[in-house]
Amino acid sequence: MRIAVRHETRYVYTTPPKSLIQILRMTPRSHEGQHILSWRIDCDADCHLKKSEDPFGNITHTLTVNRPLETLTLTVEGDVETYDTAGVVRNSVERFDPLVFLRETPLSAPSPLIRELAAANERADTIDQMHQLMVAIRGRMTFDTSSTDVHTSAGEAWELGSGVCQDYAHIFIAAARCSDVPARFVSGHFFRSDGVVDQTAGHAWAEAYIDKLGWVGFDPANGVCLLENHIRIACGLDYLYAAPVRGARMAGSGESMSVNVSVGQTSMQMQT
Amino acid sequence: MTFFDEMTGADGVLRAPYRIIHDWLETSPPELLEARRAQAEHMFRRIGITFAVYGEKEAAERLIPFDLIPRILSQSEWTRLEAGLKQRVTALNMFIADVYGAQSVIRAGVVPADIILRNACYRPEMAGFRAPHDIWVHIAGIDIVRVDDKDFYVLEDNARTPSGVSYMLENREVMMRLMPDLFMRNRVAPVENYTNDLLSCLKSVAPVSAPGDRTAVLLTPGQYNSAYYEHSFLADRLGVELVEGGDLFVRDDIVYMRTTRGPQRVDVIYRRIDDEFLDPLVFRPDSALGVPGLMNAYLNGNVTLANAVGTGIADDKAIYTYMPEIIRFFTGEEPILKNVPTWRCRDADSLKYVFEHLSELVVKEVNGSGGYGMLVGPHATAQQIAEFALKIKADPANYIAQPTLQLSTCPTFCDAGTGPRHVDLRPFVLSGANGMRVAPGGLTRVAMKEGSLVVNSSQGGGTKDTWVIEDLHHDPL
Amino acid sequence: MLARSAENLFWVARYIERADFSARMIDAALRLATLPKAYGGDGNEWVSPLAAVGNLDLFRKVHDKQDQNTVFNFLAFDRENPSSIRNCIANARRAARAVRTALTLEMWESINAAWLELSRIESERDPKNPMSREEVDRFLDFVKAISRDFDGAAYRTMLRDDAYWFNRIGLYAERADNTARILDVKYHLLLPQSEEIGGTLDYFQWTAILRSVSALTAYHWVYRESVKPWLVMDLLVQRSEMPRSLVSCYENIARYLDLIGQHYGQQGPSQRLARSVHATLVNSSREEIFQRGLHEFVTDFISSNNRLSGMLAEQYFPS
Repeated sequence: MRIAVRHETRYVYTTPPKSLIQILRMTPRSHEGQHILSWRIDCDADCHLKKSEDPFGNITHTLTVNRPLETLTLTVEGDVETYDTAGVVRNSVERFDPLVFLRETPLSAPSPLIRELAAANERADTIDQMHQLMVAIRGRMTFDTSSTDVHTSAGEAWELGSGVCQDYAHIFIAAARCSDVPARFVSGHFFRSDGVVDQTAGHAWAEAYIDKLGWVGFDPANGVCLLENHIRIACGLDYLYAAPVRGARMAGSGESMSVNVSVGQTSMQMQT
Repeated sequence: MTFFDEMTGADGVLRAPYRIIHDWLETSPPELLEARRAQAEHMFRRIGITFAVYGEKEAAERLIPFDLIPRILSQSEWTRLEAGLKQRVTALNMFIADVYGAQSVIRAGVVPADIILRNACYRPEMAGFRAPHDIWVHIAGIDIVRVDDKDFYVLEDNARTPSGVSYMLENREVMMRLMPDLFMRNRVAPVENYTNDLLSCLKSVAPVSAPGDRTAVLLTPGQYNSAYYEHSFLADRLGVELVEGGDLFVRDDIVYMRTTRGPQRVDVIYRRIDDEFLDPLVFRPDSALGVPGLMNAYLNGNVTLANAVGTGIADDKAIYTYMPEIIRFFTGEEPILKNVPTWRCRDADSLKYVFEHLSELVVKEVNGSGGYGMLVGPHATAQQIAEFALKIKADPANYIAQPTLQLSTCPTFCDAGTGPRHVDLRPFVLSGANGMRVAPGGLTRVAMKEGSLVVNSSQGGGTKDTWVIEDLHHDPL
Repeated sequence: MLARSAENLFWVARYIERADFSARMIDAALRLATLPKAYGGDGNEWVSPLAAVGNLDLFRKVHDKQDQNTVFNFLAFDRENPSSIRNCIANARRAARAVRTALTLEMWESINAAWLELSRIESERDPKNPMSREEVDRFLDFVKAISRDFDGAAYRTMLRDDAYWFNRIGLYAERADNTARILDVKYHLLLPQSEEIGGTLDYFQWTAILRSVSALTAYHWVYRESVKPWLVMDLLVQRSEMPRSLVSCYENIARYLDLIGQHYGQQGPSQRLARSVHATLVNSSREEIFQRGLHEFVTDFISSNNRLSGMLAEQYFPS
């Protein structure tokens, strides 16, 4: 499948900050399930953009703006060819022993209820168990963009019983790790098969490490394994390690941010 | 229970290094000691050496009790201790470099992978990083105890941001002002060059890209931090700026400080802020103490942080239990300093033993510090033991247990005159591109309460001046 | 030098000077309060110090009566009053602690000792039980001694570099502000025509103020005349030999800013503003000032002085 992505992030300030610095994880790498045909990042302000790589192998851009600015728009555009790999991520950049992905982080720490969730879904076969876990999470959670935010931990979201894809992923990761299955957070984009192109945010899901198979993608918000529809951008121990933007600004106030994402299929004509 | 007293030994025979102090104590009337003690307290309070206790308000700036009677080590004892400290810190540095690099210590099976990789103190963010000159722990504080006149035991390695060195320096200054006559009769190895050594150590590890005239700063969380006095004291002695996060900023991966003449490049940061607070873009996003972008500058080799990020993996109490093997693995030598025998509650056999002997053991949280979150079996009530047992049961891997050490005692001035009080010792080891240095002596901490084994200043412990004196001592009088 | 250090050095001096000024205003009010109404004791003596330290509105919001004890407590100890003497000393110590390394030991000790003594007085004091006049006097003397001790320590022990200069600029900016505020509160007494209606009442008000700022003797030395309102104005505004006069303060500010400019090899808006304020003070004739209106003149000065602080912040203490 050939997918075209356009991801626009716009900041507006009532009092302009003197300067700002952001670390962007918005650029995907190719692996067996996806081939990057083209990709670029644009910033409408007078800025400095420096490309590098984090210890997890994600491509980062450090954006610095050293003059006051009232608005800032980041635009990411690209074309990606994706393939169905039955959920398995192969030939991705791996810098760590999977053991590292058993670490707890504040966002992915298990609560007693998550431990119960993990225990209730134990299966002899790990793949089976992860599917089971995904189904259980999707069965209980209600998708709701107003009940949680980026600071919500797995335990909190599970107790609320609602949240967004990021919360689903955190719960999955926390529960998998309880069962000693290495798991990690993935951010990216998702092409909707129902024809809806415009979205208000990027997507997030999880990967679990299965012996003999390697990393397998589980998307608890959609209740599916990694498909042709997914574009995988960054991964890490939790959201904070894979967030599209982590930033700080000097002075300034009244920041408001809006995100527009469109994920569509490239027409055959354009392919030629 | 009898303890080894460093003045009178186990058998009541006066030990040589203490001869002069003993005479002095015998001949000084208690009123004189009391007057000197009051003077010392007055001096400390006037210069503002205070210590803010966690959980208390600004008003609660306390003095750490200072004991007039020095703790004494002979030069030959010190020589042995110093060699052991250098060996240990060398191994700590090699271990950390390996953990974030080749991980041969894991592959060789010396330390189990999960103890490192799943450790909260291991920082995946540092994987693949090579610290300038391969030095990670520039300043180490190794807590030492003794139980007899032969061996020194390492109680704890402090490889993150060890504190207390200002007390070592101030104690000496106050002692020299109050009791110059005692120094006339003993030849005491000086400690005052510590800050000079520290500055050259810091400058020696500046990034290669740094301009010829290297700028070092001391980064503090601010004046409400419990160790703020020490931060300002050290900055003053080092002759470097005492900066807070807000004084620094990063542009194009270079760190600058805001000065009255505009931005000035910073090459080395002696940081007294924990890893998690250093950079909100990489660690805790809510940290207001750090500098956004600092980690990028650091990982790109444009600034050196001392100590390096991620050194906590070396002073973790779970890793501590492997230190003898780690020393052998990296240095090929037998450890000079002993480890306190330790049971790892993560091992089933050890856990069983610990549960059976809780009333005799000291149980510590693997990541606890400052004497918090620990159980001192022999001093605990049955209820306290029962409650702690539940905590261990819930998360065994989080605990280690050690025998209750019969810490040595030193004569200490107290209300009832002079009595033996338990002590430990924190020597400070500097590692730079210019070699290793250990200030002779270190900070002696003393449990001021009779019989107490808790020397932490946050729990009412005091300090003493620590003397390393010449072995062959000819009394000039 | 670290921008934050420069800023703290500037503020340490300002807070200490402000505490001193508050103590002196209380002193003046106490003196007036002992006088019969016919001699200036109008029962409102406690309004002036409140107005002069700029906290009359805050005070009225919290208290409905203006008796001696209430006002004294408010000015001296109230934690809710940002410029109470207690808060000034606490803020000075906080700023000093933040720049501990830029201060000499003597300066730090003078502030730290003052804070310890103040804490002692505060803890021993019973707010409901008014201090005796003797205790009040002792307290005010203690506060005035702090600024002498601190300034003396700074003068005698500090290196003459930017740290010293920023510190002194803070002192003179605060002092200029304080002098201007006295003039502003009492400006109606300085109008030329008030000569007739003033008489003895003004005389005692002004001698109390002059005495409190240690300027009464100076007045006599300079003018060799009885106390006349326009001469008081002249003394506090334009006499450069009078250390509290606006001119004297700005002479110092302009000089220290020039030293900083030379030292850094760069001048900026602060230098330009300080020179222009100084020139205005020197070049305005007494007649012009009265012509324009003393109140307007003083108000303009206060706002220029505030603007200078803002410019210093922008030019030297960026955050």
